[in-house]
Amino acid sequence: MSAATAAAPLPRTRARKRARIGQWILPVYTALAVAYLFIPIAVMIAFGFNDPQGRFNFTWQGFTLQNYAELFAVPGLGDALVTSLVVALISTVAATLIGTLIALALTRHVFRGRGGLNMLIFLPIATPEVVLGASLLALFVSMGIQRDITTIIVAHIMFDISYVVITVRARIAGFDRRLEEAAMDLGANEWTTFRKVTLPLIFPGILAAALLAFALSIDDFVITLFVSGRTSTFPLWVYGASRIGIPPQVNVMGTLIFVFAAVGIVGWLLLQRRGASGRPSDA
Amino acid sequence: MPGVLRRHRWAIPYLLLLPGGLWLIFFFLLPMLTMASVSIQEGSLSQGYRLTFNFGIFAEVLSKNSTQFIRSLEYGLIVTVLTLAIGYPMAYTIAFRGGRYKNVLLLLVILPFFTSFIIRTISWKFLLADQGILLGTLKGWGLLDDGFHLLATPAAVISGITYNFLPFVVLPLYVALEKIDHRLVEAATDLYASRWQAFRRVTLPLSLPGVFAASLLCFIPAVGDFINADLLGSRATTMIGNVIQFRFLQSNDYPEAAALSLILMVAILFGVAVYAKVLGGEELTGG
Repeated sequence: MSAATAAAPLPRTRARKRARIGQWILPVYTALAVAYLFIPIAVMIAFGFNDPQGRFNFTWQGFTLQNYAELFAVPGLGDALVTSLVVALISTVAATLIGTLIALALTRHVFRGRGGLNMLIFLPIATPEVVLGASLLALFVSMGIQRDITTIIVAHIMFDISYVVITVRARIAGFDRRLEEAAMDLGANEWTTFRKVTLPLIFPGILAAALLAFALSIDDFVITLFVSGRTSTFPLWVYGASRIGIPPQVNVMGTLIFVFAAVGIVGWLLLQRRGASGRPSDA
Repeated sequence: MPGVLRRHRWAIPYLLLLPGGLWLIFFFLLPMLTMASVSIQEGSLSQGYRLTFNFGIFAEVLSKNSTQFIRSLEYGLIVTVLTLAIGYPMAYTIAFRGGRYKNVLLLLVILPFFTSFIIRTISWKFLLADQGILLGTLKGWGLLDDGFHLLATPAAVISGITYNFLPFVVLPLYVALEKIDHRLVEAATDLYASRWQAFRRVTLPLSLPGVFAASLLCFIPAVGDFINADLLGSRATTMIGNVIQFRFLQSNDYPEAAALSLILMVAILFGVAVYAKVLGGEELTGG
């Protein structure tokens, strides 16, 4: 241990003991920090099983499964969740497609205006969400455009694109161009090469980008607040309800989304691991 | 590939860029320009607006809301320092000591953030409430004075933002630390550097690009945040995001709100540029 050599004047055993304790500080700290990240999640899950007496789900009143059975009993909440899902699905598909095309152009082709394009992609990420939302509101109001689910989708595609481009570009930048050259040498034309070699290789990047876009979209509150009009998404509904008392069904839906996400990610990771070990060519 | 495209190869990148480029021009650039134009208009929602090139509005809203501006920058800075202080040891441990549990640990860091931002913040409101789970219990044990409260204080808002942006800091730090060649650290200790010296002279400088990315990813959304101030704070913790939101959505003061948004955006971009320059320069002289 380097700590033992550095502390040479000390008796050896004491120095070693100190080094051993020192070794545990970081792991214990990290475990505590991770636990801290889960505190509000634990509260959310626990209070989904609460049986509140009044409008406020603040204090523990007793265990019940009622909230799970009556998941859609709260008027408006189910609709808001469906709206959120529709918005997230449409904007994810659109942004992933559009963003991947940009990433391909940026990594594969030489063209004029590359600097300007990079700026156009970087700026939405460097702009605070409240400014993005406000500017879209300014546009829609001054052009007299009615705000509803369409404007929400338009806005979500906009802020998703930059994240998709960055994620996919990183994946394309990391791969070996010689594989494509090999395919062309073996007689494949450009389109076949793209379909059979390029696309499968960058697909994990596209999938990761789509997951990121979906996660950003379904949880977005700030931008959606500005462009939603009277339409309510899940986060907007919860925010509105927080002033008058949140029904425990919100906790239940939060818990279900959390569990789906957790199972989805774990499943994806397992699949990736299996794919990686099954196909040595991937490495 | 169709023959037309083969003959006009130069057009391919532009075709690839067309949908996304147009989307960003129409729904990012155009809104920004509209907002800039709205900010220098005068009038009201009922009587309509006229473009009067009222540039005085910027000085006006700046002096009217200087408290909130300064507070936002202050909270943003405190939060960035806090998240770096909390997140760096986490990222370091996962990168250097995680072993085969690296991915699991990273997953655990990200997982809580698949719960809605709003729900997480409301959970903190439960937790920090005067008679809530945390303070109520501590007060019950006599560890805290009955009059003690956290909710509606700057501490509650800052801790809320810190919680919400912690993964934005851990992930880029992890990426930067993970890339570092362990042999460099070993070389330093072989040359009689203590572990602390090796960290300070080798690991830390090599991780600076990660620190740079992390602080930007935290600072930008933290300064513009208004949810934490709204749910966990009080009137004494109002941030600039709250003002913009209120002016746009409640009082319909479009020119003022637009001017505030523009100032916020320019201030942040300016800060980013200066920060990039300073840190880039340090890297050059330090390396």
